[in-house]
Amino acid sequence: MSEYIEHDKAGVSIGLVEKKSYTFADPPNEMILECGAKLGPITIAYETCGKLNDDKSNAVLICHALSGDSHVAGYYSNDDPKPGWWDIMVGPGKGIDTNKYFIVCSNILGSCMGSTGPSSHKPKTVEPYGHDFPVVTIGDMVRAQKALLGHLGIKKILSVIGGSIGGMQVLEWSVRYPEMVVSAVPLATTTRHSALAIAFNEVARQAIMTDPNWNNGDYYAGPKPDIGLAVARMIGHITYLSDESMRLKFGRRLQDKSDFSFNFDADFQVESYLRYQGAKFVDRFDANSFLYITKAADYFDLEKQHGSGSTVKAFSKTGAKFLVVSFTSDWLYPTYQSKSMVKAMKKNGLDVSFCEIAAQWGHDAFLLPSERLTLLIRSFLESTYSENRKE
Amino acid sequence: MRFDLQIIASWIEKGSKVLDLGCGEGDLLYFLKHNREVKCTGIERKESRVARCIEKGLSVLQGDINTEVLDYPDNTFDYVVLSQTLQQVYEPPELIRSILRIGKKGIVSFPNFSYWRVRMQLLLTGYAPITRQLPYEWYNTPNIRVITLKDFRKFSKQVGFKILREIAVNSHSYDRSGKFITFLPDLYATYGIFLIGKEK
Repeated sequence: MSEYIEHDKAGVSIGLVEKKSYTFADPPNEMILECGAKLGPITIAYETCGKLNDDKSNAVLICHALSGDSHVAGYYSNDDPKPGWWDIMVGPGKGIDTNKYFIVCSNILGSCMGSTGPSSHKPKTVEPYGHDFPVVTIGDMVRAQKALLGHLGIKKILSVIGGSIGGMQVLEWSVRYPEMVVSAVPLATTTRHSALAIAFNEVARQAIMTDPNWNNGDYYAGPKPDIGLAVARMIGHITYLSDESMRLKFGRRLQDKSDFSFNFDADFQVESYLRYQGAKFVDRFDANSFLYITKAADYFDLEKQHGSGSTVKAFSKTGAKFLVVSFTSDWLYPTYQSKSMVKAMKKNGLDVSFCEIAAQWGHDAFLLPSERLTLLIRSFLESTYSENRKE
Repeated sequence: MRFDLQIIASWIEKGSKVLDLGCGEGDLLYFLKHNREVKCTGIERKESRVARCIEKGLSVLQGDINTEVLDYPDNTFDYVVLSQTLQQVYEPPELIRSILRIGKKGIVSFPNFSYWRVRMQLLLTGYAPITRQLPYEWYNTPNIRVITLKDFRKFSKQVGFKILREIAVNSHSYDRSGKFITFLPDLYATYGIFLIGKEK
């Protein structure tokens, strides 16, 4: 996902929020990861907005994508220049209304935004894990989120919502903890990466791992593999856009010049944009986390893990109500991938809605202001909430 | 709600499971959900209409009815509704067979091409007929099939399904009211509504 974080145009916001953390799996009760390794203690950074109602029936879990964090909406301080990453969707009266729902968003396991990941210290040392951090999966991330919800006293989630890698967590939640998930909204996502998606991730990882500063993941005491991470981010950004959005956004326009420089500076606006995005990213993100999270996304295979190879069998494990949304110009997770999950849901008699939103912005469309997406999510949540109360 | 949809709704029992093919903005489904406690699903091709349905709290899938029906297991629904869409279907026999595979019963409505005004226009003017029910020129009509009530009865024998109930009405395409036609329906009805079932 890209960073489109802007202030809400109407000036509406949840206001000040606070990042909190929860630590669990203290040795000797470490969490046993899917790869077999033990990990603990585990800290999960999280934020909440809105109020949990008396019967605890209004909890909404939001799952972030690759480079996101727990800061889904609102501001950390009065002079905070930027709100949370989905402030356009989450807030009072917005698509995910903080006046009605209690919203939880946590930083995924393996990330570097407050939750335990490769840049965290090994237990009882000041030494970062680095390459010793075990490979985590989307399933492990979801299990850590489950532990957090347990800590918050939430037994049922009205809806779990997320796009891209966040959408994978949504799907994982629905089949792993069906008793907890009333409804699920997977946006611009897939049940398994295509070879194309894995290929781009691999090129991005290679950019990091061939940076001499990467040093087998052990770089926290010295110079960081900034160049590798920046190139990785540039590759990511290409996959988040579309031919059309790039044509409209940049075309062949030159950056601050009227003619070619006849050297290898950034001549084109698109070059300059990618360089800027890459350079900006290294200030806030850890290269090892990028490796671990992209690997988790590549390993994610709902049908293999939950359906012995069958998508239909995988979705037979859930009874959740679904709203599946794809975007026309998303070539990273194209509509056919959403349709194939919808097909499996139909075969299981699940209550599912599907909408393919016409958008030119590629994969990133799910993060951009869209009246349609806002309305879909708002009404889906409303009807789910009222149906759930009746039952 | 459109007159033919009111009749269709009156045929559907409380608590049934209904699939509406080409559900538009979900008028029928919304009515059934809130008045008949029906568990309903719709399929609609157009994004804006799908979005309107979801905004109404309905479960609707965006897609092509001809292929979307293939995913459902046998007898998933009590009723599968195809209202004012048959005349736009490329392969009607396949779709009707699918309807009666995934549904216990089907409800099909379509504009009657043997309505007397249609006949008269063709006979007297020599132009392809344009009526309030079929308001298109030959070059911009979405209706690729010309069906009459008689044709549909013949079609039921050819394809092999039963007509369980048949109502002929006279109303305009978006009218809320209309009349039942019992006298010479082939001539005086603008629409036919059929409840269909499996042969055996």
